[in-house]
Amino acid sequence: MTSPNVLETKKINKYFHDPVKFQVLSDITFSITHGEFVSVVGKSGCGKSTLLYILSTMDTDYEGELFINGETLANESDKDLAEIRNEYIGFVFQFHYLLNEYNVLKNVMIPGIKLAKYSLQEIEHRAMEHLRTLDMHTQALKSPNQLSGGQKQRVAIARALINDPLIVMGDEPTGNLDKKNSDMVFDIFNSIVQEKKQTMLIVTHDPDFARRTHRIIEMADGKIISETKTSEQGRS
Amino acid sequence: MNFSLILNIALNLIRARMKQSAIAATGVTFGIAMFIALVSFMNGLNNLLDGLMLNRTPHVRMYNEIKPSAQQPITLSDKYSKSSNFISSIKPKDRGKEIYNSKSIIAALKKDPRIVDVAPKVTAPVFFNAGTIEITGVVNGIDVPAEEHLFSVSSYIIDGNVFDLASVPNTIIIGKGLSEKMLVKIGDVIQITTLRGGLVSLKIVGISQIGIAEVDNTMSYTSLETAQMILGESAGYITDIQVKLTDVALAPAAAKEYKARFSIDAIDAQTANSQFETGSKVRSIISYAVGITLLIVAGFGIYNILNMMIYEKMDSIAILKATGFSGSDVKWIFISLALIIGIAGGLFGLLAGFTLSKIIGIIPFETASLPTIKTYPVDYKIAYYLIGITFAIGTTAIAGLLPALKASRIDPVEIIRGK
Repeated sequence: MTSPNVLETKKINKYFHDPVKFQVLSDITFSITHGEFVSVVGKSGCGKSTLLYILSTMDTDYEGELFINGETLANESDKDLAEIRNEYIGFVFQFHYLLNEYNVLKNVMIPGIKLAKYSLQEIEHRAMEHLRTLDMHTQALKSPNQLSGGQKQRVAIARALINDPLIVMGDEPTGNLDKKNSDMVFDIFNSIVQEKKQTMLIVTHDPDFARRTHRIIEMADGKIISETKTSEQGRS
Repeated sequence: MNFSLILNIALNLIRARMKQSAIAATGVTFGIAMFIALVSFMNGLNNLLDGLMLNRTPHVRMYNEIKPSAQQPITLSDKYSKSSNFISSIKPKDRGKEIYNSKSIIAALKKDPRIVDVAPKVTAPVFFNAGTIEITGVVNGIDVPAEEHLFSVSSYIIDGNVFDLASVPNTIIIGKGLSEKMLVKIGDVIQITTLRGGLVSLKIVGISQIGIAEVDNTMSYTSLETAQMILGESAGYITDIQVKLTDVALAPAAAKEYKARFSIDAIDAQTANSQFETGSKVRSIISYAVGITLLIVAGFGIYNILNMMIYEKMDSIAILKATGFSGSDVKWIFISLALIIGIAGGLFGLLAGFTLSKIIGIIPFETASLPTIKTYPVDYKIAYYLIGITFAIGTTAIAGLLPALKASRIDPVEIIRGK
């Protein structure tokens, strides 16, 4: 890694203009290093999801600076940002957002085909491998609407991992799941972090989930109020 | 940009909404099919009607008009050159109908590169004798090979052979109306009286019918030599020089030029048949207007289905954008979606249009005035099919563009956070 900081923000401010001007985020400055497993917690409306979407490059209406892999995103076009998302960022949302027009395998493959770094066979092979590690390979040719909620979320995780992203971002990835499935998703995330040194940034409501990550960023009223390194963090 | 992926996504979106897509494509199919059938049929009719008049009229006809002299003696007099004069009751001057120096005019015309061929003609009013009754008519003395080359007279001969006129002396081909009035058939001999009183017997070798009753009741053809013989004129006697040009659009200019060059009267086809031109043009405009309207309606259908699809597929658009598809990628997905519908509908439309034209082409259409026509005329021109598919692709691209731009502007954050 040329830059230890996978993701870095400097004084990010964001305002909502509708119905009245309202500051959602103020002076958010933090960084994430390679291989870290970070969770962002806070009450509803504290701005943690808003922050995540700014970090994801999908929301560009903010003040301040955002660096991914050490490079600023200040002057990137819509097309360039899309390419950055494609190559460097993997997403897992609360809702799975799988395309019902495609089977599970194809859903996982699409971001890979878009990146076009590998041949189609290679992408298919990699997608299959990801599904296998998530124990979903037997469902590969099913349609997403034939799967259970937990299974869908596992497919969504496989899709997030297909391009070996620099960072995986999650917006309440366990929010729709029961305890058993939540634990399973956490275990998957944790093993990816352990085995592949995958960097993760997860926004969550679930205190149990947050406690088991390396670092907890707590937000309130658009500010970071505390950063806690948990005991489970194995390295600096 | 990864076009095969974009195309693949577009195809899958269509597959998921097969029924609506098919209906939208059917709209295009219907529009194109009607457009092609309409334009082919209308142009078939136009060509038929134009052919009826225009192909039978020379592009330029040279003749001697009966008219007063342009220069009256008094205007030539020096003595009264500064005075005004009023002459009443001027009578036209009879210069004879013969074109002077016709041989050298024809020779000069044949060197003109714009000219396809020249056909000399002798026309003379005559009386056909049927018992004690005299029927007024016209004898056209034609140069058979030239006339056939320019106006394909043989296609109007319903009985007999036009070349018999040239090979057998003292023969005539008469109009169907005439033959019915006089109760004569091929092989019969009829008598003709000229205006000067001469009496000639001619053998009928053919019956002609061009479909205009007035003409068929009076018209007859003989060879140039026979006509000159009937009139008692010499071998150089010609009353009309007919010219066909490479392009009929050149006719007005050519007519003007020949008029000045040969000091002769010349009339172009456009002036002689102006009403036909107007009719053809109006029919073309109507058929194109109706066809294009149908296609625009089909375009609205596509616009509708795409808008609906985008509304339904908001989530998919959002996740595509989140996983690395740019706005322009999304735009191209929906434009290609529209184009797939348009091209598929359009190709079926071409096929359906062709089938429809074929069906129109076998419907019996028999009318006394058009003896050579047995079915409705249809013009199978490749250009109509090209215009059709171009319009199909054009309208669907425009109809797809607006929804596609809308889709490209969808903010994924809004949709994902809205859940």
